[in-house]
Amino acid sequence: MKQGVVPDDLTRPFWEAANERRLVIQCCAACDRLQHPPGRRCHQCGSDEHIGWREVSGRATIYNYCVVHDTPVRVLQQDQPFNVAVVMLDEDPGIQMYSHLPGTPVDEVPVGAPVEVVFEATANGQFVPEWQVVEGAP
Amino acid sequence: MNAPRHPESFFRTEEGLGLWEHRGKVAAVGIGHSPTARRWDGRPETCVGALSLDALRRAMEDAGVDPANVDGLVMDPTTTTGAYWPRGRPAPEEVVNAFHATDNPLDGIAQLSSEWILGNMPELTDVGFAMYGDGCMARALCIAAQAVGDGLTHTCLVLKSWHNFEGRYYQGGSNAGSDLPGRSALSALWGAPVCYGTALQFAEYCRKYGKSHDMMAPFIENSRRNGLMFPEGYWAQHRPEEITPEDYQAARWIAKPANLFDNDLPIMMAAAYVLTTAERARDMRQEPVYILNHASSRTRPRSLTPTLDEVEEDTARSARKIYEGAGITAGDLSFENMYDGFALFHQFHLEGLGYRGVGFGEALDFYQTDISIHGPNPVLPSGGNIGCGRSRIWMHTDCMQQLQQRAGERQVTGVKPEVAVSGGPMPLGGNFLVWGATPD
Ligand SMILES: [Zn+2]
Repeated sequence: MKQGVVPDDLTRPFWEAANERRLVIQCCAACDRLQHPPGRRCHQCGSDEHIGWREVSGRATIYNYCVVHDTPVRVLQQDQPFNVAVVMLDEDPGIQMYSHLPGTPVDEVPVGAPVEVVFEATANGQFVPEWQVVEGAP
Repeated sequence: MNAPRHPESFFRTEEGLGLWEHRGKVAAVGIGHSPTARRWDGRPETCVGALSLDALRRAMEDAGVDPANVDGLVMDPTTTTGAYWPRGRPAPEEVVNAFHATDNPLDGIAQLSSEWILGNMPELTDVGFAMYGDGCMARALCIAAQAVGDGLTHTCLVLKSWHNFEGRYYQGGSNAGSDLPGRSALSALWGAPVCYGTALQFAEYCRKYGKSHDMMAPFIENSRRNGLMFPEGYWAQHRPEEITPEDYQAARWIAKPANLFDNDLPIMMAAAYVLTTAERARDMRQEPVYILNHASSRTRPRSLTPTLDEVEEDTARSARKIYEGAGITAGDLSFENMYDGFALFHQFHLEGLGYRGVGFGEALDFYQTDISIHGPNPVLPSGGNIGCGRSRIWMHTDCMQQLQQRAGERQVTGVKPEVAVSGGPMPLGGNFLVWGATPD
């Protein structure tokens, strides 16, 4: 099980949405542009006036992955080796999220395959977005 | 006096700036390295502060510079290799008391202020310019080069130091805890080690260009071989062990496709240089090595981790800046000496530079040819972090020593050492220096 999460001011909307099984990504309304990880300001226009959160579909594609054999995180060491993939959102392939790809065998990661979001409980009950390969996808 | 952090205006971060206004007018004239160690043994004379004093004094001695004539100091106040002083554990008193202390008892042990350095070097009586350049020696060198060129200092010490403590690095702190703050949880929850981002880029590189991890073996073998001829390096001093292709291919994975030998070894060490004006350099003990340009990148990835496209765009852009300000082309490079700590990104630097015409996706094939110090196409004659330990410094010292014809056993023999580039760390972002054996 992943370490627990203590939301901070910057990321609270993301974590609260995850507890409601929704995926939201920070967005600058002026630029109509998503950004992740979130920041105090828009990474493009530099303004903090139009920063908000936008719900996305929870559909993405596996971009890349490694197999972790030596993690520095103590609670994950018993699970080694494990996949750590990067997925890119369908809404904007420039936006990346990490995933352990639950259900995908170690080092058998189908790069380019579609995935969909699921929500997984962490050690303190906070939910976190995870990603699973869409069964039966071409 | 505590130094201010550097202003961004010191750096040449844009394309189209033309020749560097101080091209050939600033020179490196002294090199000083402390001994290396795997970890601190707790004695005052081996703490990171003591190593720093040693390196600074050796650099001045090497240059033949009277400390009273030094008027500048550029240094990094951060000294960690990834190891942190345990929270709540007091600094050992006998170490604190062995030096002229500052208000911070960990000064000289787990970090380093300019106040600590100057307080413990009474012979530096005339330092009026001090500045922090954080991250690595490359950034500090860019600042010092610009400061000397601008006339803010005429004889400037440049220092970078590293401490390492007991325990496996990055395994303490939040990685050992039960909870993470929301911002860092967005990446840290998945437990990827530090080499993960580079391993990802390498995985994409192999898929895109049809290459394999095994093709890195000649590069690793060459790096360690060169490092073992670097008497200032950790492996040469403590563990003279070569890495054969068989060793490399049998090594355990850290984050596949990154294995143990693709990662550098954290060590303790300090290194210092003396930079001065080309005019003053003529009267000093060593042949001057002229700085023909410095260039920097401040590119950030769009999202969590740089993609291969982002890396390749930025290494190509950095190379254009490097060449433009120095008034050179790739064909002028005598050898290639960019950063390597992680080994799996070295090819991005090399391909960005277009060293010997090597383009994107071609470096691993190039590694299968003669890349030794005796051939026509030397790659990483310093041995880098893989050959010498984690410092991000070897490439700079090696460029200077090669151009001064005093690299000893490592001296390149298949090419005339005239022009070299060093810098890093990561392929995205970074700071770079161009060195010349002559001012033009
Ligand atoms: Zn904006």
